[in-house]
Amino acid sequence: MLVSKISKLVLRSLFKKPATLMYPVIPREWQERTRGHIGIVQEDCILCGICSKKCPTNCITVDRNKRKWTIERMQCIQCGCCTDVCPKKCLTMEQAYTTPETFKVIDNFDIPQPAPKDVPVPKAETPVEA
Amino acid sequence: MGKRTIIPFGPQHPVLPEPIHLDLVIEDERVVEAIPSIGFIHRGLEKLVEKKEYTEMVYVIERVCGICSFGHGWGYCASIEGAMDIEVPARAEYLRTIWHELSRIHSHLLWLGLTADGFGFESLFMHCWKVRETILDIFEKTTGGRVIFSVCKVGGVKKDIDKATLREISETVTKIKSEIMELADVFLEDNSVKNRLCGVGYLSKEDAMELCAVGPMARASGVRMDMRIDGVGVYNELGFEPVTTDEGDCYGRVKVRIHEVYQSIDLIKTAIDLIPEGELSVPVSGPVTGEYIARLEQPRGEAFYYAKGNGTKFLERMRVRTPTNMNIPALVKTLQGCDLADVPMLVLTIDPCISCTER
Repeated sequence: MLVSKISKLVLRSLFKKPATLMYPVIPREWQERTRGHIGIVQEDCILCGICSKKCPTNCITVDRNKRKWTIERMQCIQCGCCTDVCPKKCLTMEQAYTTPETFKVIDNFDIPQPAPKDVPVPKAETPVEA
Repeated sequence: MGKRTIIPFGPQHPVLPEPIHLDLVIEDERVVEAIPSIGFIHRGLEKLVEKKEYTEMVYVIERVCGICSFGHGWGYCASIEGAMDIEVPARAEYLRTIWHELSRIHSHLLWLGLTADGFGFESLFMHCWKVRETILDIFEKTTGGRVIFSVCKVGGVKKDIDKATLREISETVTKIKSEIMELADVFLEDNSVKNRLCGVGYLSKEDAMELCAVGPMARASGVRMDMRIDGVGVYNELGFEPVTTDEGDCYGRVKVRIHEVYQSIDLIKTAIDLIPEGELSVPVSGPVTGEYIARLEQPRGEAFYYAKGNGTKFLERMRVRTPTNMNIPALVKTLQGCDLADVPMLVLTIDPCISCTER
């Protein structure tokens, strides 16, 4: 058999545009639901620590005294467990993947003091917060 | 009779990055006996049930395998749902079935590509994986992940697929069917491919049954065995009938997998037509007390899940038995008497997933 069955397909593919993308040079288009990395809205965080307790890989650390929310990026598996359990919905799933690095990336986020506590007047709002 | 030699094959071998080791007893380029050994990639995932809550364990179990991850998540959830006597909403079961069948197409296309690469047909390999990419795009659009979905949870599913996307999936799978038909023509009709596949690694029906082969390996030997007939899922409502063939050799296994891809496409389209409206999940709370066994047809064959609760939020025991585990005896049987050059092809033919097997 001189001509292989695949010849037609190969020739067609030869004159088509490449199926692959020159990835780092041409950025990817993310889907709406793409699980890229975890983001946090620092102002909304109440440092409850549920995310760190529920995380399957223990990549989140919550320090209430120092008011720090820490995530080890390389340990995170983007399962979305923390975003589901967060009571304030301040954790979000961002679309872009984190960039590859040669060291373990640890991101620290400072959680600001909640505004109502500084001012004594709106004390009535605190039970709603709790 | 020539001199007998033992050739070690693996754990790093030319077939695929799965660490299986075989001691091949060779006599004049012919394999007399093969002694398999595994245990290079044990991760102890089952032990983690004692440390992770049963609801969070889904994310760990999904990572047992990178190809049939959704099936593992589903099997685990089905076993917990059985133990806790939870009725899963119909829409969730349909969505699970759709995702699982898409996973089957993706797994089989991956395997077909690897097989093509195994017998040295690079362009066929690339074309198979190009088609597979379309399925991965569907996964990313509907679940957010290309390989690991994280959509299955105890009591249902986390994400819905809207009508427009379902229609789009239906159109996409119809489109890729014609592309797969072209590739199937090469796999099943091309002489050079047939020379590498026909008559290689014959496994008779009796041997397949005796050695408890599962999945496409058994079905290619004419055994009508498929967990989709009586396992989890809504396959009964979709009019499912397993694909079998009597060839029993590598060609038969390729044929079964190609026809299963067609079948999955039809199942997805039927499921999309029949999918009911309704809830995605039921609320689950409280500890697991009972025990339950769930059986599920993974792309590679029957997988078995056992869960036992002890009245706390952690499980007492979790056991996953994967299809490759069951197919290794059949692999050893087919290796006896084959040519040394056919060994990689035969190792590939069971679609080995050693990472699954050792967990």
